[in-house]
Amino acid sequence: MSGQVIVVTSGKGGVGKTTVVANIGTGLAAAGHKTVLVDADIGLRNLDLIMGLENRIVYDIVDVVEGRCELKKALIRDKRVEGLQLLPASQTRDKTAVSPEQMKELCQQLREEFDFVIIDCPAGIEHGFHTAVAGADKAIVVSMLEVSALRDADKIVGLLEASELTDPYLIVNRIRMDMVQRGDMLDVNDMTDILGLQVKVLGIVPDDQSIIVSANRGEPIVLDNRSRAGQAFRNIVRRLQGEEVEFMDLSQGGLMLRLKRLVGLAK
Amino acid sequence: MSSLLDFLNRLFGRVEKSSSDIAKKRLRLVLVQDRSNMSPEVLEELKEELIGVLTRYLEIDEVGMSVELDKSDDSVALVASIPVKSVKVRVPKIRSLEPTGVSE
Repeated sequence: MSGQVIVVTSGKGGVGKTTVVANIGTGLAAAGHKTVLVDADIGLRNLDLIMGLENRIVYDIVDVVEGRCELKKALIRDKRVEGLQLLPASQTRDKTAVSPEQMKELCQQLREEFDFVIIDCPAGIEHGFHTAVAGADKAIVVSMLEVSALRDADKIVGLLEASELTDPYLIVNRIRMDMVQRGDMLDVNDMTDILGLQVKVLGIVPDDQSIIVSANRGEPIVLDNRSRAGQAFRNIVRRLQGEEVEFMDLSQGGLMLRLKRLVGLAK
Repeated sequence: MSSLLDFLNRLFGRVEKSSSDIAKKRLRLVLVQDRSNMSPEVLEELKEELIGVLTRYLEIDEVGMSVELDKSDDSVALVASIPVKSVKVRVPKIRSLEPTGVSE
């Protein structure tokens, strides 16, 4: 078996990389693919928390590459979704604890066991970035429709290209259609126009308060059938599996629609 | 309160540019600059190679030479100023790569 290794990156911090990794990974596993999530943000471990697996960590990625434990022993099995596992980051070490070569080797081992290996890349463009992308076949760039996030996304696309990761997917996170409609937020078309890059938009995720709630609980929103952000992530998962899925209509709609949403009659 | 003001402004035709239009414009400009940024090492390498080519044809003043990327608002140009001391007299030679028309 040879699975696909996908690195999720952004350049800028705080745009939702970890949330994207948790939801895509959980969604892929829920769709029946053996999936492992790798937290490459060494020293700032967070993916475990978003996944609600923080209490079950014994070994981490650094223990594995330094040979203190077997890979299988470090993997944490998710209890909600069959076939989903996590390789946590170390919280006590720093980015230099894993080299790009070690990461490549690790990805090679993981792809033999899993259909999908999803890597959570740290923010920034330094050592941690180069390590996280070293073993990947494909990159996803997460950005928000905001000037600094987009500038950093543009830079990251260039750096990915230099690492031979061409044509990355783009996920637009936390779009607020009310602001777009008012002319106070860039639209997705503006973004692709300005970036003028060879990027394929993989998904558009609405800004959704339920993301915070799901992080509070440690339960990925992709499992929540009533959430619109969850729906956006389920669509992304389907696109990753090669399906053509139309983008959701994220406009706010009239009062009736909002009322229906409120009482759960509409999405 | 500010939204009421916005509304009145719009009603009376005092339409301000939307903030997303401003963002678009600023982002376009900054990306032109970002994408043309060359590290000093690479620029130095470019300069060395330029000298290599130029000295085949010209005798130049390497000390007085300058090569830089000039960035104006929405475009970037490579600006080089190279003082020429003299032109080398040189018989143009046929490049070996060009077909000579003679076959074996």
